[in-house]
Amino acid sequence: MKVKVWGCRGSLAAPGPYTVKYGGNTSCVQVTLEDGTLLILDAGTGLMRLGLDLDMKKISKVHLLLSHLHLDHIQGLGFFGPAFTGDIEFIVWGPPSARMNLEARIERYLSEPLFPVHVSQMSAELTFRNVPDGSWEIGSATITSELVMHAGVTVGYRIEEAGRSLTYIPDHEPARPFDLTTVDAQWVSGHSLAAGSDVLFHDSQYTDEEYLKSVGFGHSSVRDSIAFAQMSQVGKLIMFHHDPRHSDDDLDNLAEFATSLWTGEGPPPEMAYEGMEFELKPATSETSVVNL
Amino acid sequence: MESTRAKGLALIQARDLAAHVDQPIFLVDHEGVLVFFNEAAEDLLGKDFESVGELTRERWVAMWSPQGPTGDHLALNDLPVSIVLRDKRPAHAQIRITTATGDCPLLEVTAIPLLPPGEPFAGALAIFWKAGD
Repeated sequence: MKVKVWGCRGSLAAPGPYTVKYGGNTSCVQVTLEDGTLLILDAGTGLMRLGLDLDMKKISKVHLLLSHLHLDHIQGLGFFGPAFTGDIEFIVWGPPSARMNLEARIERYLSEPLFPVHVSQMSAELTFRNVPDGSWEIGSATITSELVMHAGVTVGYRIEEAGRSLTYIPDHEPARPFDLTTVDAQWVSGHSLAAGSDVLFHDSQYTDEEYLKSVGFGHSSVRDSIAFAQMSQVGKLIMFHHDPRHSDDDLDNLAEFATSLWTGEGPPPEMAYEGMEFELKPATSETSVVNL
Repeated sequence: MESTRAKGLALIQARDLAAHVDQPIFLVDHEGVLVFFNEAAEDLLGKDFESVGELTRERWVAMWSPQGPTGDHLALNDLPVSIVLRDKRPAHAQIRITTATGDCPLLEVTAIPLLPPGEPFAGALAIFWKAGD
């Protein structure tokens, strides 16, 4: 599978001269499977640019997998051109709710007075689906979703194809309520999902100091993100959901800090950045991750 | 990699709640396996969770021998936790248990199902207190 990051900022888009290196768009990751199936992880503001980049002559179906419905993960939906101008099949997957279906929940944003265009004005053949419990197939991949610790109902995703796996948990606070250095892994939110993944995208929003002031907000410090990744024995951690107040320099410093903490096998953690692109090679290949 | 299957989020959050309240709470998974009880419960149960660990329903029933309020026989299926596991609805009862010290306090027990939206039944949370307290 091929992976490209279109937005890795958390909470609020943060464009400007201080965020040029890592980018200011909110969560959006493109995953193209071996059979050409297109998956999009979250619809943050990065989705607009992704939509402009797609060659719609080659694409007839898009699967959008939403981790949750906070605004920074759905705001790009109203600007995803292919949904409004094309005749694609657009399947939107999202976390379940006992009270409202997914379409009705998304419609709260894609309707007046919050947005001038109604969701029903999309020309795409739209389907909204709650993620099923456990695993299911999309194209040549097996997708697994699991509820994870965040503010509100939120899922993480694991995508497995050709013996490789990518796990995406952009908003996550696994350190609540336990100290990750001492707790039994079976009590850690998201652990089953991430265990043994070749690549893990994981919430790494805060410094230690910031986290102490933000416990319970549903996000992780870089330190906890690393502890979670090491506990889960992932091949490569990609730190994601950067705090909108963090400048490029701040993120450079956090990346250095993360490298100093990393004691796992394999490469040290890496900060996600807009335009980051890599291929997860099949398990038959000697190397798992190849930068593009 | 070798990995222990993690508990579902509903159980993790229930344990979080139990760890932060001063009210005895007893937590079982969807099969009735005792997965946690909090410090407040230790006083009534006469044991701490670390020393007990996870127990099947049969083993924790054998450990605390629940009875009816007058010391009469109480069928396993009539325990509030058993009703939650079977019917997926809240249940309440007065019961007696035999603690590690041999006491048989009369307890009020309310058990509720842990049913996350769109997810399978995760287990039951039982809150209990001494009758009359």
